[in-house]
Amino acid sequence: MPLLTTRNLVARYGDFQALFGVDIDLGEAETIAIIGANGAGKTTLMRSIAGVLRNQADAVRFDGAEIGALPADEIMALGVAMVPEGRKLFPSLSVEENLLIGTYGRKQSGHWTLETVCDLFPILRERRHNPGTALSGGQQQMVAIGRALMSNPRVLLCDEISLGLAPVVIKDIYKAVPAIKAAGASIIVVEQDIAQALAVADRVYCMMEGRVTLSGTPDSLSREAIHNAYFGAHQ
Amino acid sequence: MIWVDTILQGILLGGLYALFAAGLSLVFGIMRLVNLAHGDLIVMGAYLILLLVTLLGLSPFLAALIAMPVMFLLGWALQKFLLNRTLGDDILPPLLVTFGLSIALQNALLETFSADSQRLPTDALTTASLQMGPISLGVMPLLTFASAVAVILGLNQLFYRTELGRAFRATSDDPVTAGLMGIKPANIFATATGIALVIVTIAALYLGLRANFDPNIGPARLIYAFEAVIIGGLGSLWGTLAGGIIIGVAQTLGAAINPEWQILSGHIAFLLVLLVRPRGLFPRAHD
Repeated sequence: MPLLTTRNLVARYGDFQALFGVDIDLGEAETIAIIGANGAGKTTLMRSIAGVLRNQADAVRFDGAEIGALPADEIMALGVAMVPEGRKLFPSLSVEENLLIGTYGRKQSGHWTLETVCDLFPILRERRHNPGTALSGGQQQMVAIGRALMSNPRVLLCDEISLGLAPVVIKDIYKAVPAIKAAGASIIVVEQDIAQALAVADRVYCMMEGRVTLSGTPDSLSREAIHNAYFGAHQ
Repeated sequence: MIWVDTILQGILLGGLYALFAAGLSLVFGIMRLVNLAHGDLIVMGAYLILLLVTLLGLSPFLAALIAMPVMFLLGWALQKFLLNRTLGDDILPPLLVTFGLSIALQNALLETFSADSQRLPTDALTTASLQMGPISLGVMPLLTFASAVAVILGLNQLFYRTELGRAFRATSDDPVTAGLMGIKPANIFATATGIALVIVTIAALYLGLRANFDPNIGPARLIYAFEAVIIGGLGSLWGTLAGGIIIGVAQTLGAAINPEWQILSGHIAFLLVLLVRPRGLFPRAHD
């Protein structure tokens, strides 16, 4: 049985419907990628799973429990942590405090501590007393990932972690993924960079206009099929 | 020498105003909520202490200690069940609701305790004074000032050394992302108002020991508190202490020249600071 599933997940912002019945599965120790163009509903899907947007209780299941209607803080306490789009560091908090706040709602001992997060991203040890927002974009992204890891989550949701970063920095950040998997987290990455997504994921879902248009393992998907699912050409 | 004495008395009086203001500053700093009932809550705290003193025969200090957890729960519930519902993008609802609360509190106090002015019983210690050369300082004002410094030190420790303080600052920055960290903003806000009402209780204790109070003096305490917060810069706790001291010194200096000028000179000092530093003395870098 998958660790986390969505079934017929629907989301709206007022009159605007953003998701039209999305079904995805995330297995234990699996990494999946959600790809799609701007406005495909990827971030809405992440926000729905994380509880920022509330849904029908049975639309999202985690470890057998219905969590679709729970608020974000309760979902986080169960072990689903999110790296939000745009990093969203707390400007009033130092780097170290930003990391520490990640454990507020879930004190789960495990691989990730202040020490091991700083081993993963050594630059953070140097900058620990700086304000979080004084860092470069890539370093801020490292803080945002570290902050989510501090709770030793069972599922890590990464929303557009490469957005606005230089390719060399993106590489640095994705180098952390094997260590995160090794520590036992299942991962969902939302990614616009298709090559990056195919490289990191065990399975890929492609979304368009609020629906899943294609899914499968990276080897099973041809470039053409992805192109069609991405842009909506004839299938 | 008389001037030194006057200024020292003013600084000590500033401690009382800082106590009036600290709770207001805390609540504004965390949730951008201006509580117009703050002065009336101080007066209510004074009546609660008086009630405990008369009913149980306690000393005012012991009574204040008992009143603190009661006021904390009251503040927690007030925020959780009433004020949280008014928070949002529009700043008008919290102003209207706390304005209404202010009037309701004044009338409830009037109905319960009558318009007679009251004060908390003082003993030998609270009326004693220390002679330092030619200057004599009352024990009570010294205690008030020391309490104000202790409250602000304590709040700073809470804000910058504890997990709750981190949660306060994170929620103040971004409540939605705070939720992703497992923080419930509604509970954080309720805790903040609870702590503010504990400080209100301390302010009420010294208000009641120092002078008479009746159900109608709340709004004037609110004005002093406001002025101290704004002089100091919104959200800065040490600034709030500085603001209280500036008003206190201005008032005692004004009173030394002409007793009729006491209140007015405090307000004038506030306007002068606002003219020179519109964002206060120690404004926060980002808002």
